[in-house]
Amino acid sequence: MSFAGLVLDGLLALSLPVLAWRALSARDLYRAVILFITFGVILALAWARLGAPDIALAEAAIGAGITGALLLNTVGGLSRKNDKDDERPDEPTDRVGRPWRTRLAVTVPVTILAGGLAWAVLSFPAPVVDMPSLVGEAVAEGEVSHPVTAVLLDYRSYDTFLEIGVLLLAALCVWSLGLSAVRSTAPEAVSGSPVLAGFVRLLAPAMVVSGVYLLWAGTSQPGGAFQAGAVLGALGVVMVLTGLLVPSLGRGGVVRAGLALGFAVFLLVGVVSMLATGGFLAYPEGFEYGLILAIEFFLTFSIALTLTALFTTVPPREKGGGA
Amino acid sequence: MYLLSGVAVFAVCAYALVVHAHLIRKVIAINMMGSGVFVLLTAIARRGDETDPVPHAMVLTGIVVAVSATAFALAVVRKLHEATGHAYLPEEGEDAPPDGGGG
Repeated sequence: MSFAGLVLDGLLALSLPVLAWRALSARDLYRAVILFITFGVILALAWARLGAPDIALAEAAIGAGITGALLLNTVGGLSRKNDKDDERPDEPTDRVGRPWRTRLAVTVPVTILAGGLAWAVLSFPAPVVDMPSLVGEAVAEGEVSHPVTAVLLDYRSYDTFLEIGVLLLAALCVWSLGLSAVRSTAPEAVSGSPVLAGFVRLLAPAMVVSGVYLLWAGTSQPGGAFQAGAVLGALGVVMVLTGLLVPSLGRGGVVRAGLALGFAVFLLVGVVSMLATGGFLAYPEGFEYGLILAIEFFLTFSIALTLTALFTTVPPREKGGGA
Repeated sequence: MYLLSGVAVFAVCAYALVVHAHLIRKVIAINMMGSGVFVLLTAIARRGDETDPVPHAMVLTGIVVAVSATAFALAVVRKLHEATGHAYLPEEGEDAPPDGGGG
């Protein structure tokens, strides 16, 4: 590794804990969220350096982008309500102090924990099973050539299946809390601005194209359903914020069906392949590539919709029902 | 190097998780703790001669699960704020809100 690379790695590795500390000890919650997003971007860079472009893409889009938007939204919602009833105008800052004795009592076990962990990771035994070459052999047999996508959708498809289930469950839980709609925090003059609307209209096709490219490229290069879904989900969030899309995302039945689509298609493929070959999600010979691509396509759509729904937190309207 | 960085992130966030009272801060701390674990996993994947794709797939799954959990946690915090007017859990020794926090 070159000297410059080593310096960059050192800086990245050092800045991660420092940023985490700054974000969590910032007095102002807005600043904490901005530092959190910075942390996510630095993390994405670190992963790019660690040879994990898939994770870097996902982190930049989901970890920093969508989580950051969710956090900003919540902080904004909390502080706006406080401005109104003027009860705790400085709620965004953390006002509950801890006496130094409590802090010390927490510091000691955390230091011991950190020391133990550091010792454990530095004295790792050499791996017993040579995973990379095992995966390499298996990937060479399969029809999808990018190792991470192959692991996600070919060999460990159970995990991915349950993962989309978790997303669906989160959306349902958030809806069941019955929160009020997220209103665009931008003043009326900004949300009605032709520049903003025009910019979003220019941005939208580019984001759709990059999303579909990520999906298509996923079989042979870094990319895949989750990154593509995250890009499209971010587009959904932008469209909700600028008012191009209503927070309830349209007719109830359609939205619900869209959310469940990825999960349902995955389940259907699993059951059909179980009937055909005897193993759940064991793709029949020759259909592997097409099936994986089909699953990824529907997954992308559902992931994008779920992420947007998680952001707006408004259950879709029933026909003729109230908000 | 990144191994130690991951451990440091984890420890810092574990400390902050206990010390800070504001629930949004706790949510950020949990999310970042997860990121520390992800850094650790990715760094472990890098130890051999070639990169191991299995931890990468695990981290990718983890990121999506983390965003789901975070979104749900934030929604619960907003609900609590709507119900009680503040985003803290009742402290020990403090008077609990009249409608009762449960635990």
